[in-house]
Amino acid sequence: MQDLTEALIELIRFTSTNLPNDVEKMLREAREKEDKGSAAQGAIETILQNVELSRKNSTPICQDTGTPIFLVHYPEGWSARKLKEQIRNAVAEATKKSYLRPNAVDAIYDKNSGNNLGDDNFPSIHFDEVEGDELTVELMLKGGGCENVGAQYSLPNNQLGAGRDLKGVRKVALDAVQKAQGQGCAPGILGISIGGDRGTGYFVSKEALFRPMEDDNANPDLDKLEKQLTEEANQLGIGPMGFGGKTTVLATKIKGMHRLPASFFVTVSYMCWANRHRKMTVRGEEIKYE
Amino acid sequence: MKPITLPFTEETIRSLQVGDPVALTGVMITGRDAMHKWMSDTFIKKTRQPQGDDLEVYEAIKKLLVGSAIYHCGPVVAGLDTKQYKFVAAGPTTSTREEPYQGDVMKHFNIRGVIGKGGMGAKTSAACQDVPGVYLHAIGGAASLIAQRVTKVLGVYKLDFGVPEAMWVIEVKDFPAVVTMDAHGNSLHADIETKSKAALEKLLAA
Repeated sequence: MQDLTEALIELIRFTSTNLPNDVEKMLREAREKEDKGSAAQGAIETILQNVELSRKNSTPICQDTGTPIFLVHYPEGWSARKLKEQIRNAVAEATKKSYLRPNAVDAIYDKNSGNNLGDDNFPSIHFDEVEGDELTVELMLKGGGCENVGAQYSLPNNQLGAGRDLKGVRKVALDAVQKAQGQGCAPGILGISIGGDRGTGYFVSKEALFRPMEDDNANPDLDKLEKQLTEEANQLGIGPMGFGGKTTVLATKIKGMHRLPASFFVTVSYMCWANRHRKMTVRGEEIKYE
Repeated sequence: MKPITLPFTEETIRSLQVGDPVALTGVMITGRDAMHKWMSDTFIKKTRQPQGDDLEVYEAIKKLLVGSAIYHCGPVVAGLDTKQYKFVAAGPTTSTREEPYQGDVMKHFNIRGVIGKGGMGAKTSAACQDVPGVYLHAIGGAASLIAQRVTKVLGVYKLDFGVPEAMWVIEVKDFPAVVTMDAHGNSLHADIETKSKAALEKLLAA
């Protein structure tokens, strides 16, 4: 089996320092929409300068390089156990190279491990065996500020008048955005899952965030809700960094699941503007990054 | 942008208003969750006895903090093995986690500037009026850009808290921020919270 450690270090560097073009494009559009000379426009201007600088100098876009979340789709013949070992080695090495901040803190004894390796769940790695001969590794770096403002609602929610339908989903999602204020580093991206249990709810809401910024949802009902939520969230006036303004949310991505008859969870993962996710494809000796 | 040299004079602090963009030059210290808890437990509430180098660190940072600023930041730092420290990425972290401590810490050390992101609550706002001081909002995630404004790492205390949580003494030049809580009781965050709540209620009623 190939040793992918070096290739994985490059994936981490690329993800931490090079914001995807579709996110940057939306930030540029947002800059034009905000009032000239406003604090909101100034914030986006600084963000865009920072994006360019990070790409040029290969330095982290944000110092909180977050929880590294790996999604590994591997064809038959690869060993998940060995891949996991290579990923962990790559994470430790990328930390030494300052592409990642040492972020793994023992929650019981308050001790930072210093190399980003914690228990079995840190970094977070998910394996899925796929057909064909291509191996892909997707990586998301999700910072703590935006992770802290994520929320899970159990419907019905009487306080918000949210029932067990898409209208109810809309209400709780808008509530989550209002509660987040600027603390998730607005303008953000909403990853929302509907259904599942509490655990899969959070995982799938993050999976939704791997989608391209400007794609359409294959489900027309969810597509309509995604666009409505983005538009309505922007009517809240929270704005970039919570300074007030027109751009609070850049995009919304929703995924539906099955649920228990008794449960109706709506899970909102808030992603900061520094929406760092990248993909590496391995086919024989050829390795491609996007 | 209004250029300001650290430490702040009382006159400068009183002249600042919510919405003013500033560029800071001088010496400040980073500090976040572990530092605030340590300060509060050991020296303010005194629920914990000083241990190890606690007293020595306290005396050293006391001199640095008077009239100056504390920066809520957990940086990425290069040169850890050689101790030739250099900030690589250094944007602000969410300030609200320090809300239980910040007002008391400001008063205890006479800190006039608190730099972070996301704003703080009523207790810190009250301390801003008493000390007097201001809350300065840096741009969240602008880590490479802000790291370039850190011209020198002068030292570090409590590195055993971990790199993000340690107290880094840094020299900055033209550090960009916006005043979002001033010494006159104004808070942009309280205003936006109220306005967005009203907007949400309207949307939910529709």
